[in-house]
Amino acid sequence: MSGGTRLENANPLVFQRSGERLLTATDEDENVADPIDDREIFDLIRSINDPEHPLSLEELNVVEQLRVNVNDQDSTVAVEFTPTIPHCSMATLIGLSIKVKLLRSLPGRFKIDVHITPGTHASEDAVNKQLADKERVAAALENSQLLEVVNQCLSSRAM
Amino acid sequence: RFPRLAIKGSGPIIGKVDGPNPKPRLSLTSSEPQTRGRGVQLLSQVLQQCYGNLQESEVEVLVTFYENRLKDHYVIMPHVLEGLKALTKCLVLPPGSAVSILKSVFQDAHVQSLMLAQRSCVYCILINLMDSREEELKGLGSDFVFGFVQSMDGERDPRNLLLAFQIARKIITQGYEMGKFTEEFFEVTSCYFPIDFTPPPNDPHGITQEELILSLRAVLTGSQRFAEYLLPLIVEKLDSDVQSAKVDSLQTLAACGSLYGHKELSEFLPGLWSSLRREVFQTASEKVETAGLSAVSALVASLSRSVLSSDSEDVLHVFLDLILKDCLHHLAEPDLKLVWPSAKILQAASNASYRASLKVMSAVMPSLLEQYNTQTQVSNDVPLLLLLLVKSVLANHFCSLSSSLAVMECCGALAYIYPEAFAMRMVPRLKEAIFSGTSVRRRCVTALASVSSQPSLVQESVPVLLQILTSAHTGMGSYFVTSVCHSLQRIAEQAGQDPEVGQIFHDIVIPRLLGLAIQAALQGETLSHWPAHQVHYASLMASRAVRLFLDGDVSFLPENAFPSNLQLLKVNSCYQTRTVCLLMACVCSLPRSVEIPEVDRLLVELEELSFTCLHPFSYTSAAKCFAGLINKRPEGRTIKTLLLRYHPLSTSLTDKLFSLLGDSELASHAADGFYLLMSDSPDVLNRGCHANVRIMYRQRFFAENSAKLVQSFNSAVPGKRKAAYLKALSHMVNNLPKQVQLTELPALLPLLLEALSCPDQGVQLSTLSCLQPVLLDPPAALTTQLDGLVARLLALNSSPSMKVRIASLRCILALSHLPDHLVLPFRAKILQALAVPLDDKKRLVRKEAVLARGEWFLLGNPGR
Repeated sequence: MSGGTRLENANPLVFQRSGERLLTATDEDENVADPIDDREIFDLIRSINDPEHPLSLEELNVVEQLRVNVNDQDSTVAVEFTPTIPHCSMATLIGLSIKVKLLRSLPGRFKIDVHITPGTHASEDAVNKQLADKERVAAALENSQLLEVVNQCLSSRAM
Repeated sequence: RFPRLAIKGSGPIIGKVDGPNPKPRLSLTSSEPQTRGRGVQLLSQVLQQCYGNLQESEVEVLVTFYENRLKDHYVIMPHVLEGLKALTKCLVLPPGSAVSILKSVFQDAHVQSLMLAQRSCVYCILINLMDSREEELKGLGSDFVFGFVQSMDGERDPRNLLLAFQIARKIITQGYEMGKFTEEFFEVTSCYFPIDFTPPPNDPHGITQEELILSLRAVLTGSQRFAEYLLPLIVEKLDSDVQSAKVDSLQTLAACGSLYGHKELSEFLPGLWSSLRREVFQTASEKVETAGLSAVSALVASLSRSVLSSDSEDVLHVFLDLILKDCLHHLAEPDLKLVWPSAKILQAASNASYRASLKVMSAVMPSLLEQYNTQTQVSNDVPLLLLLLVKSVLANHFCSLSSSLAVMECCGALAYIYPEAFAMRMVPRLKEAIFSGTSVRRRCVTALASVSSQPSLVQESVPVLLQILTSAHTGMGSYFVTSVCHSLQRIAEQAGQDPEVGQIFHDIVIPRLLGLAIQAALQGETLSHWPAHQVHYASLMASRAVRLFLDGDVSFLPENAFPSNLQLLKVNSCYQTRTVCLLMACVCSLPRSVEIPEVDRLLVELEELSFTCLHPFSYTSAAKCFAGLINKRPEGRTIKTLLLRYHPLSTSLTDKLFSLLGDSELASHAADGFYLLMSDSPDVLNRGCHANVRIMYRQRFFAENSAKLVQSFNSAVPGKRKAAYLKALSHMVNNLPKQVQLTELPALLPLLLEALSCPDQGVQLSTLSCLQPVLLDPPAALTTQLDGLVARLLALNSSPSMKVRIASLRCILALSHLPDHLVLPFRAKILQALAVPLDDKKRLVRKEAVLARGEWFLLGNPGR
């Protein structure tokens, strides 16, 4: 990660943000339990900033609701993300940001699986392996430079 | 023999050839062409100077001379032409000379074999003669045009072309006969279409492509006779790949529109339309699109103007049918990219003329409205399309562009202008939709309200709404009934001061509503609440209402289904006493000027009701009604009304309330009383109901009483009473304006912190909402209290009320923005504690927990 180099994907295709989730009557009913669903997970990750562009992962279509699958009963969540270009060197960083966001935002019981949408990246196997490895993720977050970048991606921006 | 001429213009001018000066004579008759040329040149130069001074006989001679010289050596030609040009400027040109000059020129000067300057000269000669000897030239008939065509054929120089186009235009506008040469004439000019000219760099003449284009266009579109040649040419050139050619063709087509009529256009319409459609649909260029749309407009406008004979078909309708056939179905597919081009074409067509707009709108609106009504997920395009079309009917209509709102306002505005159309078509359709019980009926009800902007429409829509309410017993959800009532309210609000609408409401709506409500009350059902806004009939209304409630007079209600002696204010059944809210609605919303009959008797009954009735809604309504009435009277008695007016007696009564706070049983209710005192009541005692409100009454109340409250609190025994003081205090603080809150809060901080541990949920909630803004800009006093604060906030995370959990999480989030050194020590503890609400059963709580925990993670970390 360095400043001064050219952007890899200087003119990305920008997608439209979807609107806020609509509230229903049951959301405000104390007695009804709301299960965690795909949209909720998507809302957690869609506003993550891209490391290169002043856009969110949703706006770059790196994450889509269709590619989020959560099972509240089994405590599993799987997120597929699509790097904008097949040789994107930021793929690991993006995956890491998603993983960290989910780790910080979901109850401890959840098993989190973050991987690249199959067929969209040159080194998807390697990236997926890194993201699946708990020790490597923890070690990465010890690296203060990396942590700084990840935190920047995760910090919310006034819209 | 030729008469003598003088060299310079003094004295009589005599023939030169035979003049006293042998030299010029010699020149003119020299056998050397060059010499002759010089002679003619000299002569021509002289003529250019003194053509104005010549007499007719002299001009005649000179003309003959020059015409002869045209047959001479080509070297002399330039000078001959110059001379002729000068001569053609003579006003005294003898009759017949113009024709003979032209004949000679056309015959003997092969124009296109001349040099540029000479061709220019010839054109100038033509122009001069056309200016001065029009009738004579017309005598030449179509030969003139033929001669011109020959002269121009093959011209390449832009300056000369401008001259040639000028002549061509004159030929058309001045009505020269073209005869059998019409097509040739057209061809010799149209071969330059579309103009493709790049001026050379540093061009001293400054001729632009635009000039040439416009000049040519003036010729091509100048006459209706060219239609049969021009229109196919345009279609052909539209096929070109060059964008400027397309734009030129489209603009030329638009220019035709002003001149051509249905006779010229009708056979070409299908071909033109398919080209236009192709261009607008497939182009990526805005210029082409704009030109295409203006061409559509021009054509439609032209067809709209045409006067038809009795047996010919209406060409406008034929053309519009073509357009509608190709564009209408695209509007129904809002996801394809042809929606907008289609809509723009339709707009261009309907913009062109009133007749066109009627036809287009009547075809498009039903289709769009149907889309709007049947689709549950309406794309943003539909109302935007509607708007686009509406714009062409209503100039500059401004709407906000969010889905339903846009359509509503649009309909409302349209309905205002075309009430009959809406009454006849839209209202029945909406009625159908509502009674068929579909899911869109709520939207239809709202739509009904927004189109009721004219009395005639109100007359149609109100019965529908009332009908719904009457049949509301048959199982329509209460939510729906409420929306119907909201619609009625909205119609009333829209009407404003309109007396006609007021009459409708007074005569029909209010009695019906009251009747329904009382009917429902007698049957023991729940009521909803309608404030009524009447101006004109207010007093009449009031007296009727009063009579109903005091005397049981039901005579003005429709449907004689009521017992003749209703005692609604007596404590019989809580369902009946609930109707006092209706009384309140009727009576308390009236302006102060309206006299309410039998006020005293009313007040007595109300007072009794409010003290004796056990049903909270009823006695509150009675009290409110009482209060509302009293507020408007010159002297008053109860606290709130007094408070609003800041009557001196209010303090003694406030003290009474305070003392009640000390009482173990009534404390809680007394505290709630403070809520009533400070908050805004939408139905009574507010400015909308013409109540008497002194400014800043809340602040004054607070300033006078807060110290007392704090003191009482501190001295009170812990327990319910303390809770009551807290409740009262938090009610007071919560209803202050924000700025005042921020200044007062720091002083009350210890009290508020204590309030957090109070078991009462209402207190917790109001304290938390007070606290949050303080945390964003914390006073110094807070820093010593952080420990306790954090502990209490975390404890509230497990409150049974989700609102409290949410509010407490928001406070925790706010805490994260305090200076790092203050809050870092708490980080680990908070992160761990916040893991619990991440798994809260309510999503809204989880959302706040994620936000809070995320911020706390970033605390003290790089990249924040």
